[in-house]
Amino acid sequence: MKHEMTNKEYNEYIKTKTPNSKIFSNSLKAFVSGGIICVIGHCLLTLFKKWGLDEESAGTFTSITLIFFGALLTGLDIYPKIAKFAGAGTVVPITGFANSVVSPALEAKTEGMIMGVGAKIFTIAGPVILYGIFASWIAGIVYWIISLF
Amino acid sequence: MDYLKAFIVGGLICVVGQILIDKTKLTPARILVTFVVLGVFLQLIRVYQPLVDFAGAGATVPLTGFGYNLCKGAAKAVDEQGFLGIFTGGFTSSAGGIAAALIFGFLVSVIFRSKPKK
Repeated sequence: MKHEMTNKEYNEYIKTKTPNSKIFSNSLKAFVSGGIICVIGHCLLTLFKKWGLDEESAGTFTSITLIFFGALLTGLDIYPKIAKFAGAGTVVPITGFANSVVSPALEAKTEGMIMGVGAKIFTIAGPVILYGIFASWIAGIVYWIISLF
Repeated sequence: MDYLKAFIVGGLICVVGQILIDKTKLTPARILVTFVVLGVFLQLIRVYQPLVDFAGAGATVPLTGFGYNLCKGAAKAVDEQGFLGIFTGGFTSSAGGIAAALIFGFLVSVIFRSKPKK
């Protein structure tokens, strides 16, 4: 049997094997792919505004459209393939949020529709929504206090 | 020109995420949470709005933009409803995105099968 590395050993091993050039090329890939997704978003935003939607509604429609494609491409197993190349470029945009909602739900399908899909769809969406809403609540308190003066 | 700005700013925000993944042990789930909360905070200190004005979707499409939207919603709701707005603002502004993610996520889960991991 080969010696199993502990987590610590493994991390140190990775550190020696991951030169800065790797981080640079990963960053470049994330930059280009993330940038492209944002440009697609900007095209949609411009289009929705041209159709007469106000700034806010156009923004929401842009998010909904990107989420739709993020979810669909995850179902078609295309998004994970792009993600392998793009890294954070596909995690950070809102399409990455859609991906993180779909993939655990899809994998949990065999566990049933309630505790499988129904519960696991929140695996990553849950923490994101919880901490996002909590942060907005804090912000709300700050705005409310400011509004008193 | 607007598209170039969206490309550069959006790309750079993703680079921040990539460096966090490579340099720290942050998993993608933690990156998502961090970026949303960061977006709320940056809007609260009025840093994010100028970035949105400059880069458009380059600033709103990354998850920091989701946080920005949450914070903007809180400000608007407090402005309109007072104390109640503290509780309603976040969900009101993010309702479209969250509903879309759940609905499309559910439909995709029903229609497609999980692909075996290679």
